[in-house]
Amino acid sequence: MENFPILSFITFLPILGMILILFVPKKQEILIKWLTLLVTGVQLVTAGFIWRYYNYALGGINNLNTFQFIERFRWIDISGLTWLGNVKVDYLLGIDGLSAPMVFLTALITFIATLSSWNISKSIKGYFALFLLLDTGMFGVFVSLDFFLFYIFWELMLLPMYFLIGIWGGVRREYAAIKFFIYTLFGSVFMLLVMIGLYFSTTETLANGSKIFTFNIIAMMDPKNFTATGILSPFNPNNLRLVAFIALFVGFAIKIPMFPFHTWLPDAHVEAPTAISVILAGVLLKMGTYGILRISYPVFPEITHQLAWYIALFGMINIIYGALCAMAQKDYKKIIAYSSVSHMGYVLLGMSALNSAGFSGAILQMFNHGTITAMLFLGVGVIYDRAHTRGVDDFGGIANQMPIYTGFTTLAFFAAIGLPGLSGFVSESFVFLGSFSVPSIRVISIVSTLGILLGAGYMLWTFQRIYLGELKEKWNKLPDLSFREYAMLVPLALVIVALGIYPSAMLNLMNSSVNALTDFMNNAQKLYSLVGKY
Amino acid sequence: MLNVGLNHFLVISAVLFSFGIFGIVTRKNAVMVLMGVELMLNSANINFVAFAKFGAFGNQGQLIALFVVVLAAAEAAIALAIVLNIYKTFNSINVDEIDSLKE
Amino acid sequence: MNEITLTNLSIVILFLPLIGFFFTLLFGKRIKKMYAFEILVICSVFALTVVLAFFKLTQFVNARIISEFTWIDIKNSAILPNISIDLGIMLDNLTVLLMFVVALVSMLVHIFSLVYMKGDKRFNRYYAYLGLFTFSMNGIVFTHNILMMYIFWELVGVSSYLLIGFWYEKKSASDASKKAFLVTRVGDVGMFAGILLLFVTYHTFTFDKIFAQISAGVLPFNSGFWLTITGLLIFCGAVGKSAQFPLHVWLPDAMEGPTPVSALIHAATMVAAGVYLVARVFAMLTADALLVIAIIGAISAFIPATIALTQKDIKKVLAYSTISQLGYMIMAMGVGAFSYAFFHLITHAFFKACLFLGSGSVILGMHHEQDITKMGGLRKKMPLTYATFLIATLAISGVPLTSGFLSKDGILAGTLAFSKLTGYWVFPVVGYFVAALTAFYMFRLVIITFHGEPNDKEKFEHVHESPYSMVIPLVVLSTLSIFIWYTPNPISADAGWFLPKWVHTPATIVPNFARFDFMKSFAKPGEIKKEDNTKAIVSVVNNDIIPTRTTIITEQPAQEGQEEIIHSESYTETFHSYHYPAILLSILVGGFGILMAFVIYHWKKISADKLANALKPLYNFSYHKWYFDELYDYTFIWLTMFLSKILYWFDANIVDGIVNGSAVVVRFASRFSAKFDSIVVDGFVNLLAYISGFIGIFFRKLQTGKVQTYVIYVVFSLVILLFLFKSF
Repeated sequence: MENFPILSFITFLPILGMILILFVPKKQEILIKWLTLLVTGVQLVTAGFIWRYYNYALGGINNLNTFQFIERFRWIDISGLTWLGNVKVDYLLGIDGLSAPMVFLTALITFIATLSSWNISKSIKGYFALFLLLDTGMFGVFVSLDFFLFYIFWELMLLPMYFLIGIWGGVRREYAAIKFFIYTLFGSVFMLLVMIGLYFSTTETLANGSKIFTFNIIAMMDPKNFTATGILSPFNPNNLRLVAFIALFVGFAIKIPMFPFHTWLPDAHVEAPTAISVILAGVLLKMGTYGILRISYPVFPEITHQLAWYIALFGMINIIYGALCAMAQKDYKKIIAYSSVSHMGYVLLGMSALNSAGFSGAILQMFNHGTITAMLFLGVGVIYDRAHTRGVDDFGGIANQMPIYTGFTTLAFFAAIGLPGLSGFVSESFVFLGSFSVPSIRVISIVSTLGILLGAGYMLWTFQRIYLGELKEKWNKLPDLSFREYAMLVPLALVIVALGIYPSAMLNLMNSSVNALTDFMNNAQKLYSLVGKY
Repeated sequence: MLNVGLNHFLVISAVLFSFGIFGIVTRKNAVMVLMGVELMLNSANINFVAFAKFGAFGNQGQLIALFVVVLAAAEAAIALAIVLNIYKTFNSINVDEIDSLKE
Repeated sequence: MNEITLTNLSIVILFLPLIGFFFTLLFGKRIKKMYAFEILVICSVFALTVVLAFFKLTQFVNARIISEFTWIDIKNSAILPNISIDLGIMLDNLTVLLMFVVALVSMLVHIFSLVYMKGDKRFNRYYAYLGLFTFSMNGIVFTHNILMMYIFWELVGVSSYLLIGFWYEKKSASDASKKAFLVTRVGDVGMFAGILLLFVTYHTFTFDKIFAQISAGVLPFNSGFWLTITGLLIFCGAVGKSAQFPLHVWLPDAMEGPTPVSALIHAATMVAAGVYLVARVFAMLTADALLVIAIIGAISAFIPATIALTQKDIKKVLAYSTISQLGYMIMAMGVGAFSYAFFHLITHAFFKACLFLGSGSVILGMHHEQDITKMGGLRKKMPLTYATFLIATLAISGVPLTSGFLSKDGILAGTLAFSKLTGYWVFPVVGYFVAALTAFYMFRLVIITFHGEPNDKEKFEHVHESPYSMVIPLVVLSTLSIFIWYTPNPISADAGWFLPKWVHTPATIVPNFARFDFMKSFAKPGEIKKEDNTKAIVSVVNNDIIPTRTTIITEQPAQEGQEEIIHSESYTETFHSYHYPAILLSILVGGFGILMAFVIYHWKKISADKLANALKPLYNFSYHKWYFDELYDYTFIWLTMFLSKILYWFDANIVDGIVNGSAVVVRFASRFSAKFDSIVVDGFVNLLAYISGFIGIFFRKLQTGKVQTYVIYVVFSLVILLFLFKSF
C-alpha cells in the first residue's frame, strides 16, 4: 500500500478502460457499459482507500512535504540542446485537503454519471470511450501539482467534452459545443500565458546546486524561488503580477462560471445529455474555483489581498444575478443551470473572505453543490427521459404520478434552498460566517443573503409548476423510478443528508489544509513585504 | 627573310581554333563536328609547342602535345564508335535530330 | 430521577417523532395502517413529556439543565480563533411548559385527524408530516443555542410548507404553501443576519455564553446601537414566523391546509415560536429594541383585528384573530410583561387550538363548507362542538373565570404600567381597543355560526355532531381554557403556581445606557446588584449513556416573601398597582364588545348590512385585508419578477450578445482576412510565380536542345568574359 501509485492508478485507469473499450466490438453494447461501470466503480473504491489512508493532520498547500500520496519523477528532461536551455518538467502528483474532497466528488459523480448514461443509444462505443477520457482529465486536474501537467489535463478534458455535447446533445448541440469549447479555450490561452510567465520567473534548485526554471506550483508559492528579473517575479520592480493574476483569474472564472463569463453554461447544460450535465455541473465547474484556490491564491497572495473585495463583489453578483435569471426561465434545465451560477457565487464569496470559515465554506460548498446539482440534473433527466420535454409549464401534478421520484427531487430542491439538516445549509452558513467576519466585505455578505430568499423563491416556484397541482392528462402514464434510477439517486441523497447532519466528516478532512491556506494567505503580506515591492 | 615568332604561331592556332568552332557550330554531320573538335585540339597543340619553344617551360609543352595527340586518337575512336551507335539508333548522324534527351 | 435521566429522556422525546416520520414515510405506501405507528409515537412522546414536565417542575424547578456536544470544531492555527459550534438542549421551565403544550396539542390533533382526514389518499403521508413537524417544533423548544434554533426554525418552515400544501392539487394550496415559506423566509434572512452578527461578535451561538459576554460589556462593534440592531434582526425571525406586521400576509392563506394542521401549526405551536424566540433573547434586548417590538406587536394586534370583523370564512376569521393575539404577546414582550406574554402563549395555544379544531368539526359537519354566512343554528345539531367552541370564545374574549382572562389582563396591566413609566399611552389604548374588537368579532362568529336560523337549509339537514375521536380533543382543550389549571384565584394569576413558581422574567443584561430609565440599576461597583439575588450554582455531571457535556445551573429560589424581580422594582410596583384597574377596564371593554355582537347579530337591533353600507370605504378596506396582498403583489413581487425578466433579457441579449457578437466579429474578420489572403497574400505569391514564369518563357527559348547553339553560347560567353577580365 505504501508505495502503490494510487493517484496515477485512479487517474489513468479510465484510459486503460478506454483502450479496452476500443478493442471491444461495436455490437457488444452491454459489455461496454459494464466495463465503464467497472472502471468508475473501481475508481470509487480507490477513492475510498484514499480516504481510509488519508492523514488528517497534514496540511499541504505550500509545503510539498505535507502533501500525501506524492508521486514524482522527471517526465520531460531536455538538457542536450543548448539553444533551448535546460528544460525539466516533473510528473508530480499529490493531494491535500483542498483536492481530496474534489477527488471523492469526482469519483462519486462519474460513477453516478455512468449509471445515468445507460440509456444512451447513439454510438455507444464512442460515447463511453470519450467519457472515460474525460474521466482521466478530471482526475488529472485535481491531483497534479505541476502547472504543465495541470494544463495538459485541463486541456485534455475539453476535447471529449466537446464531442460529448456536440454529438450526443440536443437540438442546438453544435452551437453549444462550439461555444463551450471556444469559451474555455479562450480562458486556457490566458492560463497558458501566465504559466509560461511563471515558468520563466521561478527557479528550482537541483541536487547539484544549479538553478533551473520550473513549472512546480509549490515552488511558485515561495518568493525565495523567484528570479530577480522574471516578468512575474515580485523582485522585478516592473513586474506584471497584477495583470497575470487577472488573466489567470479570468481563465478560471470562465470555468466557474463567473458573471459575465457565464453564458456558455446554460447553453451547454441545456444541450448536453443528462450524464454530461451532471459531470459538467458536478465536477467541471469546481475546477475553476479549485484552480483559483490551488494556483491563483497561493501564487499571487499579495494580489489576492488587493483584489479580494472585487472577488466578493463578483460572488454577490453571481448569487443574485443567477437567482434572478433562474426565475425568468421556462426550461427546467436552464433553471438548474442558472441556479448553478447562483450557487457558485457562494463559493466565490466564501473564498474572498480569506479566513478559515470562508475557505471551509467555499470548499464544502464546492462539494455540496456537486452532489446537489448532480441530483437536480438527474431529476431533470428522469423526467425528460419519460416526457421528452423540459418546459416547466408543460408539467404539473407529477407528484401524484411519480411520488418517489418527487420525494427525491424535493430533497434536492430543499438542499439547494439551503434547508438545515441537508448539506447545502452548512456550507452556505460557513460562507456567510466567513465573509461576514471580514469588515470590508460585510455589506456584500449581507446583500448576498438575499440569495437565500431568491433561491427559495425560484426553486419553490419551479417545484410548484412541475410537481404540484392537477396532473395533466398526458402524463398519467409515466412510470416511477426504475432500479437504475434508484441506484443513482440514493447515494447522492445519502451524501446530502449525511453531510447536513454531520458536516465534520468533510470539514475535518480539509481542516488542516484550510488552516494552512489561511495562514499562508495571512502571512503572505509579511512575506511579500520582505521582498520589497508591495 | 621573315622572322617567324611566337605571334605567328598563335595566330595560326587561333585561326585553326576558329575553324574548329565554326565546324562544330555549322556542321550538322556528327563526323564533321568531330573533325572540328580535332581541329581545336590541334590548335591547342600548336599553342603548347609554340610556348614550349619560345617560353621558359622547357619541353613540357611538347610532352603535353604528344599526350593530346594520343588522347585525340582515343577520343576519335570512342567518338566514332558513339556516332556509329547513334547512327544505328536514329538512322542519322545529324546532331540536330539527336535530341531525345530534350523533351 | 436525576438530571442525566431528564436530559436523556428529553433527547428521546426529541427524536421519537423523527423516527415516526421516517418509518411512516418509508412504509406508508406499503402498509395501510402505518399511521397507527405515528400515533403510538406521539402518545408515547406525550406520556414521556408528562413525566419529564412533572419531575422538572417539582424536583428541579429552579435548575436549568444544559446538555451539549460539539457539532463542528474547526481547529485553527495560531493566528486565528477556533470555530467551535455546539449543539445541545436546555431544559428550563419555559422549555418543559411549551413542550407539554406541543406534545398535548400535537397528540390531540393526531387523534382529531383520524376522522377529519379519513379517506384521504395520502393519509399516511399526512401523519408522517405531522411527525416531522413535532420533531422540528420540539427542536426549537429544546435548543440552547440560536443556530440550532435557526435550524429547527427552517425545519418547521418546511413541515409547514408540506402541510399547507398537503392538498397540492389545488393551485391555491400550493400557492399558499409557497407564500408561507417565502414570506417567513424574509424574516429568516433577517434572523440569519442577526445570528451572523452575534457570531462575529461573540464567536459562539450558545445563548448562555452570549449573555455572559453581553453582561461583561462586550457589544457588537462596541455600540449599544448595534446591540439594538442585532436584537431587532433576530426579532425579524419572530416577525416572519409569528406572522407579525408587515409579514403577516401568509397566515390567512395558510388556512388552505387541513384544519387540524391549522390548529396545530398555525394557531398553537409554530406561530408561537416567534414569541418563544423573543422570550429566549429577551435578556439582551435593549430599550429601543423593546420599543420597536412593542410597536410591531401593537400594529399586528390592531390591523388583523379590524380585518377579522368582516371576514366570511370561518378559518380566515380565526387566522386573523391568531395574528392579533400573537401581536398581543409580542407587544407584551415589548412592554416587559414577559411572564404574562408567555402565559398568554400557553393559554392561547389551548383555546385557539380548541377554536380551530371546533371549526374543523363544523366544517366537516357542513361537508367542507367554510363560509359562515351559509351556516347558522348549528347549536342544536352540534351541541358539544358548540359548547367547547363557546368556552374557547369566552377565553379569547377575556371573560372572567377563563384562562384568557388571566393572561390578557396581565398583558393589559403590563401595558398600563409601561405607559405610566415611559409615557407611551398608545399601547394600553391599542390593547383595550383590540380586546373589545376581539370580543366583538369572536362573538359575531359564534352567533352567525351557531345561533339563529340556518341559512342554508339543505346543508343544515345533513349536519351531524362529530364522532368522539373529534369531540374529545375539543373537550380536553376547552377544559384547559378554564382558570383552575393555572391558579386557584380566578382573578389573579400571581396567586397560583404557574407564574410565580415556574415562569421568571429574565433579568436584563444590556448595559445601563441602553435600558429604559426605569430599568437602570444604580448599583455602585462592588455593591451587589439586585439582580444578583438569583446567583446560580453551576455543576457539571457526566453522562454515561449519551456522550454529551451536561451542565446544571441551579438558581436560588426567591426567598419567602421576597418580591420577584421582573424587570425592575418600579416596574413591578406599578404593575401591581394597575392590576385591578386593568381587570375592571378589561371586563368593561370585553363586555361592550360582546354586547355589540349580540345587538347586531343576535337581536339584530342594528342591521349589519346597513352598518356595512354606511361605512362602505372602511368595510371594503377591512374586507380586502387592507389591500396588503395587492400592495405586495404590485411592489415586491412585481419588482422581483420585473427585475428577473429584465436581467434575463440582459443576459440573453447583452451578455450573450457580446459573446455571440464577438463570434460574429471574428467571423467577419475571418472573412476579411480570407479575402486579404486570397487577393493580397496569394496575389503576391502568384505574381512571383507569374514573373518567374514569364522569365522562364524567355529563357526557355535559349534552350534549343541543339549542341551547336550551346557551343555558340559558350563561345560568346567566353568572349564576353574575356573582355570583362581583360585587365589582367
